[in-house]
Amino acid sequence: METLWFWLVSVMVAIYVVMDGFDFGAGILHLVVAKTNEERRQVLGAIGPLWDGNEVWLLAGGGSLFLAFPKVLASGFSGFYLAMWLVVWSLMLRGISIEFRSHVQDGLWRHFWDATFAVSSVLLPVLLGAALGNVLRGVPLDGTGYFSMPLWTDFQLGPQPGILDWYTVLIGVFALVTVAAHGALFLAWKTEGPVHLRAKHLAPRLWLLVLVVWVAASAATARVNPAILHNLPGAPLAWVAILLYLAGLGLVFVGLGRERFLLAFLGSGAFILGLLAASAACVFPVMLRSTLNPAFDLTALNASVGGHGLRTGLVWWLLGFPLALGYVAFLFRFHRGKVAAAEEGEGY
Amino acid sequence: MGDPLFWHRLQFGFTATYHYLFPQLTMGLALVIVIFKALGLRTGEARYSDAARFWIRIFGINFAVGVVTGIPLEFQFGTNWARFSQLSGGIIGQTLGMEGMFAFFLESSFLGLLIWGEKKLSPKGHFGAAVALWLGSWLSGYFIIATNAFMQHPTGFAVAADGTLQLTSFWAFLLNPWALGQYAHNMIAAVVTGSFVVAAVGAYWTLKGIHPVQANLNLRTGTIMGLVFSVLVAFPTGDIQGKLVAKHQPITLAAMEGRFESGPRAALTLIGQPDVTMHKIENPIKVPAVLSFIAFGTFSSNVKGLLEFPQDQWPQNIELLYYGFHIMAGLGTLMIGLMALAVFLLWRGKLATTRPLLWAVMLAVPFPYIATTAGWVVAEFGRQPWLIYGVLRTAQGSSPLVHAGHTAFTTLGFAGIFVVLSMLWLFLIGRELAHGPESPAH
Repeated sequence: METLWFWLVSVMVAIYVVMDGFDFGAGILHLVVAKTNEERRQVLGAIGPLWDGNEVWLLAGGGSLFLAFPKVLASGFSGFYLAMWLVVWSLMLRGISIEFRSHVQDGLWRHFWDATFAVSSVLLPVLLGAALGNVLRGVPLDGTGYFSMPLWTDFQLGPQPGILDWYTVLIGVFALVTVAAHGALFLAWKTEGPVHLRAKHLAPRLWLLVLVVWVAASAATARVNPAILHNLPGAPLAWVAILLYLAGLGLVFVGLGRERFLLAFLGSGAFILGLLAASAACVFPVMLRSTLNPAFDLTALNASVGGHGLRTGLVWWLLGFPLALGYVAFLFRFHRGKVAAAEEGEGY
Repeated sequence: MGDPLFWHRLQFGFTATYHYLFPQLTMGLALVIVIFKALGLRTGEARYSDAARFWIRIFGINFAVGVVTGIPLEFQFGTNWARFSQLSGGIIGQTLGMEGMFAFFLESSFLGLLIWGEKKLSPKGHFGAAVALWLGSWLSGYFIIATNAFMQHPTGFAVAADGTLQLTSFWAFLLNPWALGQYAHNMIAAVVTGSFVVAAVGAYWTLKGIHPVQANLNLRTGTIMGLVFSVLVAFPTGDIQGKLVAKHQPITLAAMEGRFESGPRAALTLIGQPDVTMHKIENPIKVPAVLSFIAFGTFSSNVKGLLEFPQDQWPQNIELLYYGFHIMAGLGTLMIGLMALAVFLLWRGKLATTRPLLWAVMLAVPFPYIATTAGWVVAEFGRQPWLIYGVLRTAQGSSPLVHAGHTAFTTLGFAGIFVVLSMLWLFLIGRELAHGPESPAH
């Protein structure tokens, strides 16, 4: 049951990254691919009806973590205290900038929200990627099950690292370029005109950058947490995940070559999903690794609530999850086709 | 001030209070919008869909602020109240997770369709989106109230050997009698807020002599709904809530009333200032025996006073609790009176020309917000010194390693963000009001 919940939480988080990832990516590229007000409304119109639902995956995933592994949530959220609030504030500013921009037809008003949208869209993947970096590197968990970390110390890995050190920043940058490349494919798929052309032009360049940073990030991860490579041979799920992300990567380049952007976008989704699943399979059952002593690791077994709670949660999870997927399918279907900029007063 | 607990409590109280200014309106307006859309579908009259369109724009702005101010609340469980989360996550994680799965996905999927979809959807489809938002927001309200009810009156759990709380009965937890009572009281209060806002906008346009059709429709709808629901908020739902407090939190009841001595035929204090150190109410105006009746249904019942309980179980802020209760009940009474008068004049056909009362209806907009906030002050200060009533003290629920420097920093950060949000909100709502209802369909 604990293993099952470890995977349910992982699946929710991975779906979150894929879904919010493309609207983060659209935000990162917002100022670059869209120059005029018309073009920017096209970008916002493409993600506008979807972004809020995408973010719900974070809340629903957080809720699943809370119900199944409250120790991990309590320890991680309080330990990464300041970084958590930077994430929350960025999410808040980003949401407001998407929703409020269209309300006033004024150049300065819209420039301000465009900039806020772009900056918060850059900050979020860096911070969330750094969070993943912290999980892979480990944190100074002691026997109490808690830790406290400053935002940064000397950016070295040492015994008392900050939330941001060179490794976690590297993972953050990897997340940034990956979701930017993911978002470029989404925009190339969903838009037409100049935005489409610029996204199409950027996408292969971004994907080459992804490959470069990926190699660096993988090498660094192997050095920082050798256990991951160690676990790989004994984790069959990891091999499935590796196949998934390799296939995804293949699809990205095939799709780009043939200018079939939906195919490429699905490929990049599979790439992100596979990458996260492979990481989860290799760290399993550890959820929060201690840099002080492996005995202090929080794992799916020692951090779970166990028993009745998990079984009850599973019942409603099995009802809710297909429902959530159904909403996603409905939204994509309802908003199918290329997005043109809406008329003033008629949309984002 | 160097005490982290002070900052944890201040931050949660501040962010939760600010957040709830927005959902109380959107949950109330969601119902108003459904009613207008339904009337529009049935009668085919444009004035109903015009009214709905105006309120959907107000709804959209408030909903956006509600969403972004709600995110920090979810995070604070883990960041600021880690020990509480660690001990009770297996239980309250259920309702918080279900809120995401069943309410937030529903709301987020249909929000865009409600706000921007009127042209794209059929009239029935757009009505469906309104219903989906209403359902989603009211469902979300239930999961939050059920979570809070577990903290007020925990049910369906057992304490495990390691001190964590384990779910033993999902239905006992989800259908906690406290949750049912509090939910009814709270949701009806949200409709009161929505009704007062609708009535006030109607009164404003009537006073200005603009948008006559919409002014009339909103004034009528707002005052009639305002009367019905402000009565319902007091009776039966407020009454049920009061009896729950009397039964399960007798110390809280005593503190709400500033009652120190026990005894039968307990008087209800209408006005007076509690002096907690001297154990008395100064300058009291009391109605004999009414408190006994409110709490237990008979005039002769014994209502316990604070002195009957050990002092370490008293809520720490009795003054604020006392004033919170009296402001809520006092404003509630005033609101019933105001709306009763307005509906009476409406019935006689004189409301639109009775300018002093139109002024009163327009200026009464803050009352439901203040009363609702005061009500939550009663619920949350009344729960003290417990985080989970009778199970976990507030002082034992905070994050062990987060220090005052952290929390003061984030609390001040929120103060800054909320100032900006408030200014934006005022600006955008002001524009919508100036813009008025008769704009082309979105």
